[in-house]
Amino acid sequence: MRFMIMVRANAQSESGQMPEEALMAAMAAYHEQLARAGVLLDANGLRPSAQGFRVRYHGGTPTLVDGPFAETKELIAGYTLIEARSREEAVEWARRFPAPFGDAVDSEIEVRPLYELDDFAHNEPVRRFKDLEATRR
Amino acid sequence: MPNERTTHEAIAAVWRIEQARIVAGVARMVRDIGLAEELAQDALVAALEHWPGEGVPANPGAWLMTTAKHRALDRLRRDKNLATKLEQIGLDLEAREALVVPDFVDALDAARQDDIGDDLLRLVFTACHPLLSPDARVALTLKLLGGLTTAEIARACLVPEPTIAQRIVRAKRTLAEARVPFEVPRGEDLAPRLTSVLEVVYLIFNEGYTATAGDDWMRPALCDEALRLARILSELAPEEAEVHGLAALLELQASRTAARTDEQGRPVLLADQNRARWDHLLIRRGLAALSRAEQLSATQGQPLGPYTLQAAIAACHARAPKAEATDWAGIAALYDALAQATPSPVVELNRAVAVAMAFGPAAGLAIVDTLVGEPALKNYQWLPAVRGDLLSKLGRADEARDEFLRAAALAKNEREKALLEARAAAAGVH
Repeated sequence: MRFMIMVRANAQSESGQMPEEALMAAMAAYHEQLARAGVLLDANGLRPSAQGFRVRYHGGTPTLVDGPFAETKELIAGYTLIEARSREEAVEWARRFPAPFGDAVDSEIEVRPLYELDDFAHNEPVRRFKDLEATRR
Repeated sequence: MPNERTTHEAIAAVWRIEQARIVAGVARMVRDIGLAEELAQDALVAALEHWPGEGVPANPGAWLMTTAKHRALDRLRRDKNLATKLEQIGLDLEAREALVVPDFVDALDAARQDDIGDDLLRLVFTACHPLLSPDARVALTLKLLGGLTTAEIARACLVPEPTIAQRIVRAKRTLAEARVPFEVPRGEDLAPRLTSVLEVVYLIFNEGYTATAGDDWMRPALCDEALRLARILSELAPEEAEVHGLAALLELQASRTAARTDEQGRPVLLADQNRARWDHLLIRRGLAALSRAEQLSATQGQPLGPYTLQAAIAACHARAPKAEATDWAGIAALYDALAQATPSPVVELNRAVAVAMAFGPAAGLAIVDTLVGEPALKNYQWLPAVRGDLLSKLGRADEARDEFLRAAALAKNEREKALLEARAAAAGVH
């Protein structure tokens, strides 16, 4: 089962300020631990929303909206994708995630399971969706 | 306070995550993986007693490790026979200190965090010791490294539970009686021992990837475990090219899982698979591991090993956006290298397929024909299946149909059989 651990953004991450060295070291140690347990699939930090953009749909028509976006707490600053055998294992790994902005700053991570193949019925629309997905490469 | 049920679930999860490290850490002290497992279990029992009331500690792994090591220490102090035995087999300084230095466990943990990886590696090499039969190695590895229960291993391997239990008990006894040292082999011992480890991981993966019996085409849990082990190994032994080669091979093969069966669960051949359903994250990881293996081989002046070569072949498929774009000449060359590294009729058969794709069915058939009558392939369904396919491409329909029927009769599971029978039926139609 795949789980995505998402770090919620805050003013600091939105400012583009790099984390302090001690925090970087804690993050590196945590991810090394994940890798050594064969659990880590992928991990990345996201640049501030000021460098991103959104596409908003109104009546099916897309409109481009440039960042930054105000609702900081709803934004994601980074993610770690893990492969765990169960939800309980994912909880245990998530519990060990270092406080993402250091111990002095209250913060939040959110963990969500990814859909697995079996969650979808095998039908034509799903297959077509998967086809589209592959064009990412 | 969390209720008891959730605490028990949390303990089970912590246990799964930590179990191998704890067994490994304790095994370094007592030099017996059977005893180490027993002592680790004692620590689990202690957790089940304490945590529901006191809550799960902030660092549950360290709690379990310390508790298990204290149990080991008690055992060493109490059991003079064990201590003497350890001395006889050349116990290292640290374990001897265990008998005299009172608070050595704490000192040890602080000083030896980095050794956990080494302990795990020792555990891997011991569980995969060539002294044990491949079946026993698989069972022991799944138990000690994967943290699977005997029941889970039995279900995954389609073997009755008592058989697995007995297999594990006997394996541990064999290791103890032979006084197999709990260590990472060095020097010229390393290469053959590493081969044994990689073989076990590959066996576990294949057991899951192609169920050889019953009507289950796959047992995904085994593939997941093997993949996890391969990923762990590439962290523990990062300088070994073939470790990355194996990891690459498994990542790339696993990337096709979703496309390997259709809606009814029937197998889909590689050429017919919907490549959009391949897992691109696993492909990316596989290609990264492959390039690591290739770089290490180049730096160390070694030819590519068999797992790396197989991964390179899988990568040729993974890189092709559609079946027609496959670099078959490249694959044929890689099979050539593989046939030189590990000559075998099965590799030769695969080479024949690649040659046929690159240079035409007649060229492939010429190779396949040299394999007919090969004793090792007597019951191998893919020999007649491949021959049937090439004959059918050459327009020799009747011969093709006979070959597909022969292949169907040799098929090891129902779904393969059905696939081959369908090919036979199609071969007769003009």
